[in-house]
Amino acid sequence: MSKFIPEWDWQRVMIDPWTYDLASTFWIVLMGFLIAIACGFIGNYLILRRMALVGDAISHSVLPGIAIAFLLANSLNTLPMFIGALGAGIVTTILIELIHKKTRVKQDSAIGIVFSSLFAMGIILISLSQSGSVHIDSDCVLYGEIAFVSLDMVETELSPAALSVVKGIPLLNSSLFLQETTLMIAPPPVIRMAAVTAITLLLIRLFYKELLVTSFDPGLSASLGINATVMHYALMGVLSVIIVSAFEAVGAILVIAMLILPGATASLLAYRLPRMFTLTALHAALSSLLGMHLATWLDCSHAGAMVVAGAGLFVLAWVFSPSQGLLRRWLHPTLEDPETVPAG
Amino acid sequence: MANRPTLLWLALLLAMPLCGAAAQIGDVSESSVAAQALRFFSFRDPAVRFAVAGSVLLGISCGLLGCFIVVRKMALVGDTLSHAVMPGVALGFLFSGVTASGLFDWEFSVDAITKNPALIFGGAVVAGVLGTLFVSLIRQNTKIKEDTALGLTLSSFFAVGICLLTMIQKLPTGNQSGIDKFMFGQAAAIGADDIRLMVVVTALIVAVVFVFYKELLVTSFDADFARSIALPSHWINHALMLLVAFAVVIALQAVGVVLVSAMLITPAAAAYLLTDRMHRMLMLAVGFGVASGVLGAFVSFLQPGIPTGPCMVLGASGVFGLAFFMGPRHGVLTRWWRQNSRSKRIQRENTLKSLFHVLENREATPEESVSLRELAERRCETLDMATAQVRELERHGFVTLHEEGNKILLTPPGWQQACTMVRNHRLWELYLTNAANIAPDHVHDDAEKIEHFLGDDMVRQLEKTMRHATRDPHGRAIPGLKDIHQPFPSDRNLGDLIGYGKPL
Repeated sequence: MSKFIPEWDWQRVMIDPWTYDLASTFWIVLMGFLIAIACGFIGNYLILRRMALVGDAISHSVLPGIAIAFLLANSLNTLPMFIGALGAGIVTTILIELIHKKTRVKQDSAIGIVFSSLFAMGIILISLSQSGSVHIDSDCVLYGEIAFVSLDMVETELSPAALSVVKGIPLLNSSLFLQETTLMIAPPPVIRMAAVTAITLLLIRLFYKELLVTSFDPGLSASLGINATVMHYALMGVLSVIIVSAFEAVGAILVIAMLILPGATASLLAYRLPRMFTLTALHAALSSLLGMHLATWLDCSHAGAMVVAGAGLFVLAWVFSPSQGLLRRWLHPTLEDPETVPAG
Repeated sequence: MANRPTLLWLALLLAMPLCGAAAQIGDVSESSVAAQALRFFSFRDPAVRFAVAGSVLLGISCGLLGCFIVVRKMALVGDTLSHAVMPGVALGFLFSGVTASGLFDWEFSVDAITKNPALIFGGAVVAGVLGTLFVSLIRQNTKIKEDTALGLTLSSFFAVGICLLTMIQKLPTGNQSGIDKFMFGQAAAIGADDIRLMVVVTALIVAVVFVFYKELLVTSFDADFARSIALPSHWINHALMLLVAFAVVIALQAVGVVLVSAMLITPAAAAYLLTDRMHRMLMLAVGFGVASGVLGAFVSFLQPGIPTGPCMVLGASGVFGLAFFMGPRHGVLTRWWRQNSRSKRIQRENTLKSLFHVLENREATPEESVSLRELAERRCETLDMATAQVRELERHGFVTLHEEGNKILLTPPGWQQACTMVRNHRLWELYLTNAANIAPDHVHDDAEKIEHFLGDDMVRQLEKTMRHATRDPHGRAIPGLKDIHQPFPSDRNLGDLIGYGKPL
């Protein structure tokens, strides 16, 4: 197997990324972290509302939205993509509701039918548009390539006054950011993702109570005057935007992992929502970091490695969880139902 | 933000020449669609033969199993299986490079890697089984809900598959593996070995469904009953999952990993909307699956550059869409049309009833006319609404209009219909007061609703039960059969009519 699985070389796998390749490594890890944290936070709500597979559906069906936006705008500009994805997300939700509310087809079949039809339509649109100067690649739509994120950076020229200020700031004055008189800020995808993540976190903070009530008790929320349907569609909209931002880096199917794994891991280790959010962020950081090392070792897709790392963390949490873990059950077998929530 | 295509996409295009490669069938040089269709369906090319055979086989197996999946609400388990087999495919592919010269003397050589369908099948099935095991373990041991468990299994296994895939692509033989064609399907890649495997698996699936039909039926529709008659429903469930794994794997090459679940669910869901009997649903699903499979292969043949998978799925979705809108019993448009005509009929009958009441209150003969104003007053509605209703009645031949629509005359069919309605209404009221002991002032609303739906048999039975009574609980006369079927009385004394117009 030696030709297939590369050798474990401490220098190459663990040291080099942080010294020799720091420029690209830093952005890759940061991008991964931003994606994982945005997806993870929204994913927490999906898990609570038992809509994990609606998230799966939307992540597949943004493809035709992107394809249509690309065909209409004839560029890979982000704004048309966002709008296309948003539209596709809303259309998906509407179609799913339409199918399972109007006929006796159940919700799971409805989800499967809608997302696969839309995804197929997207693939065909992309294949048909292969002629022309700008292309979308179908395979890479599936699993993205996060490693290319750092190829192109947004730069600004600094005036002498600003230059002297920047030279005094510890991290900013390294060659990572400062070259001669030009300050390189960040690759555009990272800036976009950072903006999306920041907005997501802000929205979650602002609408925390509304999201909480509508997730746990739609009846109570209706009686309090909070429209559960509006919150549902808003959540789906934000989800679509996050998915399309993450698309470039991780592709359609691995986004699902980013949505579900952090929240699922956190739910094994905590019972209260704030603590779950903290653990989600921790999982995001760890999986991005470990994934980068794994990908460096195996020389494989970064996004896949991130998810594998995340899944590894999930298994660790599952085995060692203090309340629900396999180890605990093995050592202290009781008839306790894992559904019961311990006090505090 | 830059307004040009980002380096990302450009670099991707350069770095991955495999991506975007079309999944096509045959090498078509003819120009007209008809000529190409002829060439396709005459099955001259072996590639076409294999592609069509593959589509038919996958239509059969996915159609049969899809029915049970839809009925058991396991659609997303099918989706999970189709994604979870990915690492198995990669591993099966890698395993072909292993040569064993002794029991523990294995040697892995990159150059020996070929595409061995049996190994890929075996690897995929093992991965699928592991995936379902993983899901059930999570469900049993944690408080993670089913959809979350499915989602994380699906994506984690797929991620492992992606890692393996990208590693395989870096191997020297990686380019010829054809393994990345498993993403969206390439029916053209189906060879004789694949067909042989597909035939065996499909035959197995058909045999199992045929032999164990009753058991599958019972466990699908009434799990508790199945358990009570000591059917091993757990084992049947596992066996079904295994069969689904088989069907998914043989369909992989034609439809691709991502879209296999669509071929499982969509034809079966379309059949679900068209019939209420399971055996008919099975046959319809198989038919739809085969049709969309062949159609997808054909479209891909016509238009090189489009993978077969999406074409098949869109064909199946088209069928589903038709069933959704036009299905004879459950179609959305059909139901809407049926409701619409029903409410129109009820409206007509209510108007006729009101005409009858107006005449009755006036103690007039059926040949006398009713003015529009009287009708509007009786029904407590505007003149415009009354006019519209009366025109509707005229269209159906129940009334004739005179004096610019101000005078309404009932025609013989109209009279019959009016009498029937009133008779139904009053008989029902009588029945409720006598047989169900409901107070007379509570029975009107119920009778209003049911009068439109009582059939002849029901009414005759009611009459018999009521011993041909002639008065309703409010003292009004119930029109009898004679009133309805007698020729329109033009010269006879109306007082002779049974039931009509008789004073209290």
